[in-house]
Amino acid sequence: MKNKIRQNILAAVISTTMLSGGAFAEDVRMMWYSDGVEGEVMSDLLDRFMKKNPDINVILDNVAYQVIQEQLPIALEAGNGPDIARVTNIKAQAKHWLDLTPHLSNAEYWRKSFGDKADWMRPDGSNAITGFMTQLTLTGGYANKTLFEQANVPLPGAKATWDEWVDASAKVAANQQLVAAFAVDRSGHRISGPNVSFGANYIAADGKPNSVDEGTKAFVKKLVDWTNEGKHYRDVWVSAAGSSYRSAAEEFINAQVPFYYSGSWQISNLATKIGDDFDWVATGSPCGTAACSGLAGGAALVAIKYTKHPKAVARVMDYLASAEVVKEFSERTLFIPAHTGLSGRDLNFDTKSEQVKAALSGFMDASANVAPNALALPAWKYASAYYGALATRTSQAMAGELTLDQAFSRMDSDIAEKVK
Amino acid sequence: MALFKNFSIGAALAVPISYLANAVDVPLRWWQRVAGQGGMISFFLIPNMLIFAMFVIVPLAINIVYSVTGGTELFLTERSYVGTEHFDRLLDCSEYTDPNSCREDLFWIAIWNTVKFVFTQVSIMVLIAMITALILNGKIRARGFWRAVFFFPVLLSPVVVGLIWQWMLQRQGVFNFFLFQFDMESINWLTERSWAFGAAVGVSVWAHVGFYVLILLAGLQAIPKDLYEAAEMDGTKPGRAFWRITLPLLWPNLLVVIVLALIRAVQIFDEVYVLTGGGPGTSNLYLTQYIYEVGFASILRNPGVASAASLIMALVLVVLTLAQLGLTRWRDKQ
Repeated sequence: MKNKIRQNILAAVISTTMLSGGAFAEDVRMMWYSDGVEGEVMSDLLDRFMKKNPDINVILDNVAYQVIQEQLPIALEAGNGPDIARVTNIKAQAKHWLDLTPHLSNAEYWRKSFGDKADWMRPDGSNAITGFMTQLTLTGGYANKTLFEQANVPLPGAKATWDEWVDASAKVAANQQLVAAFAVDRSGHRISGPNVSFGANYIAADGKPNSVDEGTKAFVKKLVDWTNEGKHYRDVWVSAAGSSYRSAAEEFINAQVPFYYSGSWQISNLATKIGDDFDWVATGSPCGTAACSGLAGGAALVAIKYTKHPKAVARVMDYLASAEVVKEFSERTLFIPAHTGLSGRDLNFDTKSEQVKAALSGFMDASANVAPNALALPAWKYASAYYGALATRTSQAMAGELTLDQAFSRMDSDIAEKVK
Repeated sequence: MALFKNFSIGAALAVPISYLANAVDVPLRWWQRVAGQGGMISFFLIPNMLIFAMFVIVPLAINIVYSVTGGTELFLTERSYVGTEHFDRLLDCSEYTDPNSCREDLFWIAIWNTVKFVFTQVSIMVLIAMITALILNGKIRARGFWRAVFFFPVLLSPVVVGLIWQWMLQRQGVFNFFLFQFDMESINWLTERSWAFGAAVGVSVWAHVGFYVLILLAGLQAIPKDLYEAAEMDGTKPGRAFWRITLPLLWPNLLVVIVLALIRAVQIFDEVYVLTGGGPGTSNLYLTQYIYEVGFASILRNPGVASAASLIMALVLVVLTLAQLGLTRWRDKQ
């Protein structure tokens, strides 16, 4: 009788243990931020992964973009952090990423599918596979078509210059009594495409930063002048000190400005929040004197080298980087995929909106116009230092604290301090 | 119901507490016999001292080490010794009153902004706190209600304070809505330099004045009423009574208020950071925000420079605290 009771207890313990396999699963933490609906899509994809792989429990920490920019770097420097993270400051932090190569099921697939962007996310000279781009992005503009039509101002054409766009938008703003003609996100990254369009080259022959050149000076001067004339929406840039990021998307969504310069990652956000309120179009990047270039970039999903579960992390990454998962993720989030086997045009984007489809198509067309100087920036380790100095000093010039010459001189000294 | 009528929590807890006291009593008596009275003092002080060391002394020591080492690494063993390089960088100016002549211009902008903010905010704060305390100490209707009204903002989180006022002061906020209703030009409260500074001072006074009102009110209520009665019988006017009775007797409380307000103003960060982000430009960039930006928030952090700046700020706070102690002792001697 006693033996039978013991056997029953043992059986119960074993079956409970087996049923609650999840309790013994390896935890993999993923830090994730969202511009649109991608957090929900990722959660859905991970749920499916965990059903098929009950020995791995992926915890998705949805955080604000600011946490990725400000808190994650501190954790990484302290040798902590999540196991996987979605980041945009990819190159400058490359020393913290894990080389997944020995743990991947098929490293050759990764090299073939994502190899052309692998340098963006690994230290110079390294051959490591540290992650993959969750999407490719390109900076570019959006115009409120309804406001242009109401003001009887024709939308500038494909090769229109910055001056033409600003003049046309100023006419719309005056006609519709708007606060400004256009807005640009407060970010050094965002004005780098236009700087390159005016001939800027940040990278010196030795790979170190160039001094602020005539190209950068030309566009920054225009931007500051437009701000002083009330054409550029001042609040976004002067409402912060330092290099803090500020988006101007809300001003465009609320129809406060007829033209907005940001990037392709805003498509889903604009589609969701604007809905049927007004018609909008993606315009690509206006032209400068040298090119009509935006700045390529994107967000990467990278493995963190301080993880205690590299094999589990690699399995999660293998799953998320598979062609079918990348395809589904891109279709549902309206992101341009970085997988070389998936052309954006082959995807069936999950939207009925013709303007969203046109916007995606517009950005894919504009990607052909990216100037070589802009193409080099995502893989350049000093890009962040340059962007930070641009944002800090340009906004001081806009606020009237520095003359343009002082601002350019300070940009040079800021970059020099951070690079030495 | 009768069962609960005579029920009290104190009575219910008396028995377990007495058991606990007896249980602790035996080992404590033993320790007193072994270690003596000095040992007992150490016994009660050591836990506090350990916590103080862990959260104050050790971080201070680490901060000092950071300030003399370089690099972006956080582990002290990975940082290289650079001596006074960070202090030299911060203090490298051809003219200290002109931040543009300084190598680290933002640090000096933050210093001068902080000086301007401290002087303005503390003056306004003390004045308003004094007037409010005098009114609330008088015989007014619903006195308790008004005291609660003035104290309420003190209970709010600084982030909440910043957000509430940002919503009211932004371009499409409540304030501009009212101006629009009266056909007046809207004002860029948060993006024009002079308005934004005023907004930062105003919001911070609104958020903290209740605390200082409370201190002054306690002081006012401690002044014996018969002094005023005697003065009144002598025909003293209210203004003279204020200068001759209220102010001298309230001086210790006023001193505490001024010094606490000064220390708090030097540390200003949270509500102003949420409200203005330090802008427009750098017109609301204060010392704590500068340290935060350089140490944590900027794209390429520099913990060494941030630590050096925080030590300079600590020095200012030490001077203020010593001034408070000195003034209190001087007052006691008087």
